[in-house]
Parts: sequence; structure tokens; C-alpha cells
Amino acid sequence: MSENYQSFEYDVLVIGAGGAGLRAAIEASAAGCKTALVCKSLLGKAHTVMAEGGIAAALATVDSRDSWRQHFSDTLIGGNFGNHWEMAEIHAKQAPDRVRELEKWGAVFDRTTDGKGNINVRHFGGHTYKRLAHVGDRTGLELIRTLQDKGVHSGIDVHMECTIYALLKDGDRIAGAYGYFRETGRPVLFKAKSIIVSTGGIGKLYSVNSNSWECTGDGFALAYLAGAELADMEYVQFHPTGMVWPPSVRGLLITEGVRGEGGVLKNNKGERFMFKYIPPKYQGKYAETEEEANAWFQKVVVEGQKEEGVKERKPPELMSRDVVARALWAEIKAGRGSEHGGVYLDIASRRSAEDIKKKLPSMYHQFKQLADVDITKVPMEVGPTCHYMMGGVKVNPQTQESTVKGLFAAGECSAGMHGSNRLGGNSLSDLVVFGKLAGEHAAAYAKNSSVPKIDESVLDGLNKEMNKPFENQGGEVSYAILADLQTAMEKGAGMYREESLLEGCLKDLASLKERLKKVSAEGNRLFNPGWHVALDLRNMLIVGEALARGAKERKESRGGHTRTDYTSYSKDFAKKRVVIRKKGEEMEVVQEDLPQVPAELEAELIKDGFLRLEVLKQIRGEAPAH
Amino acid sequence: MSKIHMRVYRGNSEGGQLKDYDVEVAEGMVVLDAIHNLQATQTSDLACRWNCKAGKCGSCSAEVNGKPRLMCMTRLNEFAEGETITVMPMKTFPIMKDLATDVSWNYEVNKRIPPFTPREGADWHWEQRDADRAQEFRKCIECFLCQDTCHVLREHDKKTSFAGPRFFARIASLEMHPIDGLDRTELLKDQHGIGLCNITRCCTEVCPESIRITDNAIIPMKERVVDKYYDPLRILWNKMTGK
Repeated sequence: MSENYQSFEYDVLVIGAGGAGLRAAIEASAAGCKTALVCKSLLGKAHTVMAEGGIAAALATVDSRDSWRQHFSDTLIGGNFGNHWEMAEIHAKQAPDRVRELEKWGAVFDRTTDGKGNINVRHFGGHTYKRLAHVGDRTGLELIRTLQDKGVHSGIDVHMECTIYALLKDGDRIAGAYGYFRETGRPVLFKAKSIIVSTGGIGKLYSVNSNSWECTGDGFALAYLAGAELADMEYVQFHPTGMVWPPSVRGLLITEGVRGEGGVLKNNKGERFMFKYIPPKYQGKYAETEEEANAWFQKVVVEGQKEEGVKERKPPELMSRDVVARALWAEIKAGRGSEHGGVYLDIASRRSAEDIKKKLPSMYHQFKQLADVDITKVPMEVGPTCHYMMGGVKVNPQTQESTVKGLFAAGECSAGMHGSNRLGGNSLSDLVVFGKLAGEHAAAYAKNSSVPKIDESVLDGLNKEMNKPFENQGGEVSYAILADLQTAMEKGAGMYREESLLEGCLKDLASLKERLKKVSAEGNRLFNPGWHVALDLRNMLIVGEALARGAKERKESRGGHTRTDYTSYSKDFAKKRVVIRKKGEEMEVVQEDLPQVPAELEAELIKDGFLRLEVLKQIRGEAPAH
Repeated sequence: MSKIHMRVYRGNSEGGQLKDYDVEVAEGMVVLDAIHNLQATQTSDLACRWNCKAGKCGSCSAEVNGKPRLMCMTRLNEFAEGETITVMPMKTFPIMKDLATDVSWNYEVNKRIPPFTPREGADWHWEQRDADRAQEFRKCIECFLCQDTCHVLREHDKKTSFAGPRFFARIASLEMHPIDGLDRTELLKDQHGIGLCNITRCCTEVCPESIRITDNAIIPMKERVVDKYYDPLRILWNKMTGK
């Protein structure tokens, strides 16, 4: 059956309108390319709006000691050197320009209090100095609104509420995309010389997550099906502070900014437990006693003293997310958790009610309205929640091009920048740094290429696939499969992994795949969420399998990948990345060499005190670390 | 687990009606949870928009028991035990399907607002007190509940001659930006019809972000228009100086 589809033709097609997609589209359009932006929701609603704490860039407006080299080193240490160093370098160097550019486009960041009227920055986990430009705790909204307002005046065509189901190729190069408008269900063909996937993350694979319905891993699956390689899919970030009560908001994000503003983590005995969990890589960098941490808090946060003159070190609550999440888990497992299975995050006893409402307005609002908790009076209950995918489409660090010609990836959808664990604030900066690069290079590619040919006969097959849930009579609804997928991932490939659990997970995924073949959708194609979920599930199952296979392959613990059967860094894996690609109908898993920081640069960073050799050795599995 | 009774609008651009459902609910649930529960267990093709489920994206706007609300921030325990919860789509915009409405008009209005334009040679250093004014309006999550409730749009359907509170706040955020150099008062007066607003403050009441739209955005913008176009001394001065 041939369907009546709409058809558009562009130089550059951007799939996903979060921070990375918007920034990419602005850049491609500015380069003179006919550019379109496709998004599953309305424009301005992408998951970027949920980013709270800030955007990391070595602006050095508050602490003059900050530099790109420090940011670069922090990012590598935070990522346990699982990063593609070139991406981390580009990011650290370009982030300040991208932040200032946002300001030029109308973003109104919070200002410094020193009378100089600069962009203010705050502390966040794993960053040596104050480094996050922010707007209260709604930085993501500011970023997306600024880019949206810039974008609508940039001559970009925006196709809202449109889901891409397949990427199309002309030989070995990208040629277009096929999907449907969610409102009408009508199919749509986009012919394009180059395509950027910037579709965000995978949070919806887990039952406890901080993500929106859109985060179903579309970009990873679309790219994979089109023949692109994925990398580092085992690196998943579980954010330490998600809400745990009531059940309806379980997983909802609580910004790291709470700790940046002085919040502390406590167990049910009232102990600040983080002092017990400082890993060797952070030893000497964080306060070792409560007295020291409190003195730092008093001087730096309360009195606003310059940190340059403060001898105390910052509190261990400000270590990277992987470290904090594991510490939380250990406390909960040991029976020292809170009433509803989390731990306590206390800002009430640290800051005045007025300060809390001013610095963390949406946190105040969120707890008051959704949990009947006044965070200016009592501690919050928090626990780990699936938050971010560090892995993704394997890209050329300079151009963001995938292993398929003309196909680019940016933002959460691409791999390499964050290694095995992302630092807070490095995501928003990732979006604008690599969004810009992807837009620039996708435009350059488009300008130098001819119009690709599309074999429209493949569209019939795609139409049949998309329609199948309506033709399957009496099957189960998509939501039942989704719920079971989330349980399977949580159980088999959650925060803690081991061989047998991962094997179980892969079996579960295989049986879910069979169930998905028989899934039914009721009603018709008009704005039909049950049908949408049925189609999204194909992507989620591909991503789940890639994740579990990657996790099974990496027999060590590193950052967001923790194995109970291989608990340390391993030197066999320290310099490897796990790459996944489609081979016929099978998923092929291979290990590749991960490019290493050039010896000269590494020596320079060690000499200047940005890196410590013993830490490097530990992370590379050459010296004991755990 | 207990049960509540809900009535949810089902229909499309050609018409529809309220349908009755009984929904299982648990502690802490919000209206959006109940809608999701319906989708998962009773009627998987029930259309509604949502994204963040945390009051940050402004997608799940609807009218709950007659009040424009975000479904994700409306707790079920706000309602009396046994009370029926009725969920309707926003009335001001055309229905696409069920609870999803066609809000594209808002995006068209937004496009017509001249973008942020920094003054030439502006000093990019400014203080927090200068940022505060613009930041209040930049909190807007574009839920369009203010547009939904505004009687100029809701009762009188003046979409061709009136921009609505959302966009008065947006223009205010630009006009009060410490660096912006454009003057948008003519736009406010003419195409955006700010004069049609008679300050009933309904928009401010429904704003989930507690933006003081009327007092801090609309009234100051109205004053600028009056100042520029209707101030008798100014008119006289302009005549004398030939402006």
C-alpha cells in the first residue's frame, strides 16, 4: 500500500530540538543552508528545559585561577579517562565563547556580587572551581528559550510534533528521513544532503528516571539501523539525587545545585556519610572532616569569601555523580537509608528560607507542590535516578560526523565527550559547543555534495511496519511492554551490573522483541499515544540491547558502569572503548583503542599540577585504586 | 490504592463529548498520573501532551474542574473525597484530539516580535538588580494558560488583533533587558492590541510560575504606549518640534 506522504527537501535536516539541535540548526542556517528542525514535541519543550544547575565554562569570572586546562582535566578525571580527549579539549576551550554567545543572543544569566556585573558561576560536583553559569535553578529553560528565539528569526523550517522512524540512504551516504506527524499520523519524507541526530537520551528505558517521554533513544537506534557505529553504551549516569517520595514523582531530578549551595547528605543516623567515600582520585582535594567542610561552607558560601584565600577544602558532597551515587547506594544497602528508601539531603539547616527560595526556587516549588515538603524547614529524601547516557553515536571529534557519510550527531546522542561519567553542567555546554560544530560541518558537507537519490520503494516497507500495530488484532498494548522493559533494564542493567544479570537482561529483551511484533494499537493514526509508544519501543529495545551488550563486554568498573563481579578499574579496558554496530540482523560488539591524551600534553598537565600521575595510574588500572 | 471518578473530554476537530472513567490512584498522584494510568490500562489512544512532569516545560495544560491548570502540578488530594474530576482541553484553542489543542497561533505571534537587539556599544556588565526585571518574565514556560484564560482571546477570539498576556510578558522581557536597544511600543499598540486588555488579572492568577504578568509586564507596557502616543504634553511637544 502506498501512502500519501508529504515531502520536503533540505540541505541540512536536524532531528531533535533540544539545545544541541537548535544550536546546530542555527549554525547550518547561518552557513547558508536550507535547514529544517524536526521535533517530537512542541518547540521549546525538549528535555533541555529540565536542566537546572547551570552550564559549565571556564569563564573565571569568580575564581581567576580557572582555565580551560583545569576544566579539561576535571572532565577527564570525572570521566575516569573514558573520554575521547579531543572532544574534552574542544569543549573546555570553546565553552566560554558559547556561553558569552548565548548572552549576546539575549540570555540573562545571574550576575556576580562583586560589583563588576559579570556572569556569576557556582560550584558543582567534580569541578575544581566555581564554574557553572546559571539562572537560579532553571538554566536549561533559559538556554532553550534563548536558542528558540534566535532560531525563529534564522530562517529555519520547524516541523513540530513529528517523529522520525527511519533514516534513508543513497549507497553509503545519508539521503533523508521518513516518519510521521504525531498530530495527524500522516507520513512525511525529508530529503536531505546531511542529517544531524540530536535526539537526547534514553532515560525512559528505566522505571526510575529523570527524563521525559521523549527520551527513548531514537537517535542511537536510527543511526545504528542506518549503519553507524555506537560507542560507550555501557556508560549510563545514575544521578544521586532524584526524588523518592511520593511514588508518582520517584526519579524526578533534584539539582546538584542544592549541594552547590551548601546542602549536605545524611543517613538515618544523622551522619554526614560522604567523608567515608572519598576515592583515591579525589583524596587531598576534598575536606576530610565535618569541621573542615563546615569552615569552607561558612567562608565560601555564607560569607562569600574568595576561595583563593581559603585553606579549607570543599565538602565531599561535591564530588562527581558516580561517586556520590555509589555512596548513597551503599548507605541505603547498609540499612542507614531514609523512610522511603533514600537518604536525606538537607539544605534547611544550612541556609535561610529566603536564600533557599531565591537560589533554588523551582526545587522549593517542586517539593512543596508535589510532596508536601517544605525544604526550607525539613530535609529532602533523595535516591539515585537514571539521568544521562554518556555513550552514543561514535563521531569524529572535530566534525561530529558519524561513521556514515553525511550523518552527524550532537549532544547526549553522541559519544566520547564525557567518558564514563559526566560532570554536572558539562551537558549544557556540550550541547552548544558540539551543536555548533555539528551544524557547521553538516552544512559544509551539504554544500559540497549533490542531491542524493532516494529509492522511494523502501517507503512501502516502512509504511507497513508503522501500520502494523493497527493490523495486529487482539495483541497487548504498548504500555504493558514498556513497563516490562523498564523493569528488565532496572533489574538487569541498572546501577550495579554482573554477568548473570546482564545475560538475564538480554534474554528479557529478546522476549520483549517477540512481544513487540504482536503489539496492537487501538483507534486510528490521529494523535495516538499508544501507537507512538509501540513505534518508539523498537528504538528502546535496540538501545537496551546495545547497553546490556556493552556492559557485558566491559569487565571492569568505571564511572557510570559498575560491576559487582569486576569491582576495580582494569588496565585491559582502560584504553579501550566498546563499539557496537549492525551486522546483518545481529548486533556486533568489538573493542577498539580509545585515543589517548598525547604524551606531551599529559606531561605538561602533570607538571603544572592539573593532573596527578598516581591518579592517572590508578584510573588506568596500573595501581590499586579501590 | 483507591479509585476516583473522572470525566475526560474525548473528541477531535469535528466534535466530541465527556467520557466517564474510574481510575486507580495511589498516594501523591497528580491529574497527569491519572491520565497516564488511563492510557496504560483503559484507553491507549487518549491524546494529551506532556514532557517533564515537573512543572518546567508547560506542555500538559488543560482545564481541570473548570480551572486552567498544569495537570502535572495538580494533586489529586486537592479534591474532596468522591469529587468527580473533569478534564477538558484548553477552550481558547482549536481541539486537535482529546486534550491536545492546536496552539500554533502562539508560535506565529512570537515570530512577529522583533528579536533581542543589543544597543550599539553597550556595556555587557550589569548588576543582578537589572537582571531581575527581565528574569521574572523569562521564567515563563509557555504553557499558554494565560492565553487560555484571557477573555479577550477566550470570549472574544481577538487572535488577529491581540497578542495576549504571554507575549506582553515576552515583549516586557525584551524591553526591560538591560542591553536591548529596540522600541516595541508601536507593535504593542497596533498589531498586538495591548489597549484591549482591561487588567482583570486573570492571567496572573493562573500563571503556574507566579509571574506578575499584569502588574509587572502589562501595566508598564501600557504606560509606555500611553507615554509615547497619548501624552498630551508629548503630543504638543512633538507638534512644536515637528516630530
